[in-house]
Amino acid sequence: MLKDITLGQYYPQESVIHRLDPRVKLFGTFLFIISLFINDNFIGYIASVLFLTTVIILSKVPFSFMVRGMKAIVLLLLFSVVLNLFMTEGEVLVSFWKLTITKEGLYTAIFMALRLSFLIIGSSIMTLTTTPNHLTDGLEKSLGFLKVIRVPVHEISMMMSIALRFIPILMEETDKIMRAQMARGADFESKNLIKRIKSLIPLLVPLFVSAFRRANDLAMAMEARCYKGGEGRTKMKPLKYQGIDRVSYLIILLYFASIIAIRVIV
Amino acid sequence: MSIIVNHVTYRYNAGTAMENTALNDVNIKINDSEFIGLIGHTGSGKSTLVQHLNGLIKPTEGGIYVDGADIWDEGYDLKKLRGEVGLVFQYPEHQLFETDVFTDVCFGPKNLGLSEKEIQLRAYEALKMVGIEDDYFYQSPFDLSGGQKRRVAIAGVLAMKPKVLVLDEPTAGLDPKGRDELLDKLSSIRKETGCTIVLVSHSMEDVANYADRIVVMDKGTVVYDDTPRNVFKHYKELKEMGLGVPQITETMYALKEAGFNVSTDIITIEEAVKEILGC
Repeated sequence: MLKDITLGQYYPQESVIHRLDPRVKLFGTFLFIISLFINDNFIGYIASVLFLTTVIILSKVPFSFMVRGMKAIVLLLLFSVVLNLFMTEGEVLVSFWKLTITKEGLYTAIFMALRLSFLIIGSSIMTLTTTPNHLTDGLEKSLGFLKVIRVPVHEISMMMSIALRFIPILMEETDKIMRAQMARGADFESKNLIKRIKSLIPLLVPLFVSAFRRANDLAMAMEARCYKGGEGRTKMKPLKYQGIDRVSYLIILLYFASIIAIRVIV
Repeated sequence: MSIIVNHVTYRYNAGTAMENTALNDVNIKINDSEFIGLIGHTGSGKSTLVQHLNGLIKPTEGGIYVDGADIWDEGYDLKKLRGEVGLVFQYPEHQLFETDVFTDVCFGPKNLGLSEKEIQLRAYEALKMVGIEDDYFYQSPFDLSGGQKRRVAIAGVLAMKPKVLVLDEPTAGLDPKGRDELLDKLSSIRKETGCTIVLVSHSMEDVANYADRIVVMDKGTVVYDDTPRNVFKHYKELKEMGLGVPQITETMYALKEAGFNVSTDIITIEEAVKEILGC
């Protein structure tokens, strides 16, 4: 059940997208998300679909894997579609009981659904093809300019990479504790809501205890190796742009320019 | 209560890039009141196998039969099975959660839906069985020492009065004294209750002295399934698997190699004494 959460997971594979510099991928994702909000007609979405499909094919990550990540936001998606569908005023298409569907409502509902799903798929491509370490490395480098105004960029990205690193560990731990308590007869699938919430206690208490224990151990280990933050710290594998990264930047910018052009022209 | 593991194969993450076969066509029969030692290297699939025994993991292929019934048949009461096949996980002390020791041990029997009186009686018995004194009953489980925590956690499973007790590396991380105490306790629990015990370990010493039968696993398959004496005859193969034999057996092999005319078919120190003094 926990394994179904693919959001933020890394999918090991040999591909062009995997090899790209994380800064390129961050930049690309950022621009892609902005482009989704610039789009106000379907032609723009066609460009986005083209861009997205190309990236998905290049990344060699099975599409089913990305769709699985969508499960997490199905509720949110439904909520926004329903709200938009019934709450928008305008030219009436269908009307029954107290509900009316308008042309504008249908239009925005489809738009919002597309936008949200593209948003999730777009950002999951980034996390699926980039290891958490790479990702935070890229973030640290990209935001390096903030150091000038005394933002502790290295510390923040260190915290991020530790947090990301702990997600799978804690998930595994949850799974283990869950099974251990199930072996003692615990029932996590009760239909009764109150019982179900109560059944979380035997899961959450050991989980928190172990999270604190792990955090403590990690802090000790870091201290023992004289970790002292970003100042004067060098990297084992410093990020360096390759030819392919420059080409990718160009493609991303071209895509973004075309989106703006479509918006202006259409 | 007999458990039959019939041609069980299990793959983690089946159908993805991370697919990994943990068990490959495993066949084992666990008979009534046996003491079985399940031995294997880290990653040999022993932990995966024991979780099949009480229905926590569903085999990818094959089936598990308890007293002749397939546990994955529709309508099979898995919850009841988990009361009958008590599984103690690795580092069981990590599952403690209640405010005091006694209440924690009550968790298992409570889930079986017993009466309040029966629950408390069972918890009391179980704590006594693992040798926890009354003074500790109302302390927080988190204030106990490592060895005590582990015994409390084992009591939590014992309180369900399982007919089969499966322990996944119960001695990991314990000092030699704690280890011997725990294994002696298990042996006496088995005498008292007549339950079947499956002891998972990677230490040959642990199982050689206690188990009636040893199952050796390597890379997801069962390699040997025999009495300790017969299993330890495969001295060379076990060494290659990175498992080895009990130290005393190893010593006898060394003596033989040095030219002494001794038998190598020895698994306990008592036998070794007899053999050496006798020849």
